[in-house]
Amino acid sequence: MTFFGLHFQDIVFYTLATILLIAGLRVITTRNPVYAALYLVLAFFTAAGIWLLLEAEFLAIALVLVYVGAVMVLFLFVVMMLDINLDKLREGFWKALPIALPVGGLMAVEMVMIVGARNFGADVVPAPAAHPADYSNTAELGRVLYTDYLLPFELASVVLLVAIVAAIALTLRDRKDSKSMDPAKQVLVKKADRLRIVKMEAEVEKNDVVDTSAQADDKGAK
Amino acid sequence: MENIRYDLITALPEIILLGMAMLVLITDLFLKQSNRIAIYGLSQLGLLLAAYFTVTTHVPSVGYAFTGAFVDDAMSDVLKLMIYVGTSLIFVYTRQYIQLRNMFRGEFYALVLFSVVGMMIMVSGQSMLTLYVGLELLSLSLYALVALDRDNHFATEAAMKYFVLGALASGMLLYGMSMIYGMTGSLNISDINHVLMNGSGIHAVLVLGLVFIVAGLAFKLGAVPFQMWVPDVYEGSPTAVTMLISSVPKLAAFAFVIRLLAQSLQTMAIDWQQMLLIMAVLSIVLGNVTAIAQTNLKRMLAYSTISHVGFVLLGLMSASGNGYISALFYIASYVVMTLAGFGIILLLSRKGFEAQNLSDLKGLNQRSPWVAFLMLIVMFSMAGIPPTLGFYAKFAVLQAALQAGFLWVVVFAVLMAVIGAFYYLRVIKLMYFDEPEDNSPITAPFDMRVILSMNALALLAIGIMPQGLMTICFYAISRSLS
Repeated sequence: MTFFGLHFQDIVFYTLATILLIAGLRVITTRNPVYAALYLVLAFFTAAGIWLLLEAEFLAIALVLVYVGAVMVLFLFVVMMLDINLDKLREGFWKALPIALPVGGLMAVEMVMIVGARNFGADVVPAPAAHPADYSNTAELGRVLYTDYLLPFELASVVLLVAIVAAIALTLRDRKDSKSMDPAKQVLVKKADRLRIVKMEAEVEKNDVVDTSAQADDKGAK
Repeated sequence: MENIRYDLITALPEIILLGMAMLVLITDLFLKQSNRIAIYGLSQLGLLLAAYFTVTTHVPSVGYAFTGAFVDDAMSDVLKLMIYVGTSLIFVYTRQYIQLRNMFRGEFYALVLFSVVGMMIMVSGQSMLTLYVGLELLSLSLYALVALDRDNHFATEAAMKYFVLGALASGMLLYGMSMIYGMTGSLNISDINHVLMNGSGIHAVLVLGLVFIVAGLAFKLGAVPFQMWVPDVYEGSPTAVTMLISSVPKLAAFAFVIRLLAQSLQTMAIDWQQMLLIMAVLSIVLGNVTAIAQTNLKRMLAYSTISHVGFVLLGLMSASGNGYISALFYIASYVVMTLAGFGIILLLSRKGFEAQNLSDLKGLNQRSPWVAFLMLIVMFSMAGIPPTLGFYAKFAVLQAALQAGFLWVVVFAVLMAVIGAFYYLRVIKLMYFDEPEDNSPITAPFDMRVILSMNALALLAIGIMPQGLMTICFYAISRSLS
């Protein structure tokens, strides 16, 4: 099936790629951090679409489930709760631009020249072999993950453990200004700890103010 | 089944240290503050056990485990032993310092042990993926350690800078690796070498990958022009953590460079030689010249590190067996010097007082002639004055560069080393010819004093008889690089 000399796959790819690029650009240019996070979600979705085109179905679904479903939602909450000062964030942007733009532009041109079609075009890089219909991408991934890549896989879990330890070590601490409560201590509390019964004379309210106003009222009535 | 047994025995030191780190984490929960010293004992025991198994499972041949993702050769064993010794010294030197600063907790020791595991993986990685995960394990532990003293404003800022720039460097490294993978179709170090030997792969793409890999490595090593984070992180971190960052990870970074550049991209030596040459020269210039203007001792040592990294790159740049041996010798000497230097800074710090300015060293000779003498040796060694270790290390590196035909670079490096000697000698002038500003007594545990003295005297001893260390370095490189 071709449209104007383009295969259907090509059309899907270019559409997704265009959206991905625009979304990626908007992540760093938009003024509102919440919009930026939402553009990142869009970028993840389109990237997952491109991965589907590459027949990496499991990874595409994992990207949407893990990154969009869990990471970005959490991230969005954090962004919404933080009071981000945009002016301070953009401080020095215009000052750095004259240097950053040529350097970045130069790098981009160089990368396009090298990563472009001349070295990585469809005629240079052979297309991967077509798989039968019952080929399972997930099973294949699982097979190499637990055999060939066992060591890096286990090490990645150690990295996650370090992340947990670090996060707890950096945040959970007995701070002097902490307002947290200890439930065990709360339930052990007795009446005597909180309530103090004091014997004292009964207070008699003095009616000076009431008296003067009453006199004023009297004068007005006269 | 037989395979798995071999894999596990090969990686036994890593497994033991990892287990010990988790044991430390769990034991810590059941200990009162007064019994916390047990964690310190456990950590040292873990290092000792790992060293025991590294030595006993050592074979002079090269062995691959985990389907080629892990290598056990002479270089990895030698570097691992150096890492254990260095970390053990760090534990001894930092104990009192962190006790006085409310950082004496299980997390400190567990994170240091995790970072040691990361370094060991970097030393033994034989696939780009393993190397990268090892690097991340090391970096992540270090970021957390820098920020561990959370109420310290400078430390938090330093951790933030370190984290952001470190993440950027990792990104560059990964991009470079992906280019190499795209051209060779393999992540394995030896496979990449084989593919490139056969002359396949487009040169321009490989060079692009190489540029990104070298930039990432330079970030991690702290070589110019990617050195911006080094002074700030050294100054902001608690001195105990600065000591860790500046010493043993450099050994792992050395192995990382050897694995990536000398082993996998061996055929592209002409390309990376030029890059390393530029970075080496710039690092030596900037490190030595900027250090003169510093008044903060930790910042001065940071710039001194940058210039030392320049010398190591000079050795690597020779791209010959001799060059690698001299670079390994240099980095090992650097670690011994740095540990002694920061050990003395830790010795001079006390509760509520950080010895970190040059003026804190004023009149040290009157306060304690012995400590002043030790610092004198360290400074002589860093400046490269004979008969200390630093002299021999510089000599070896420059000799290798000369053999590789870089006469003018060698002349230039010697000139810069002479300029650099100024700020090391200034420290000695402050210690011996100035009046002390505070006369508070220097207190330190007995074991720290003894080991620190031995550490500093080792600079003199190995400097006079460098053959032993040189033989070890020769053994490590000649057995591992064919």
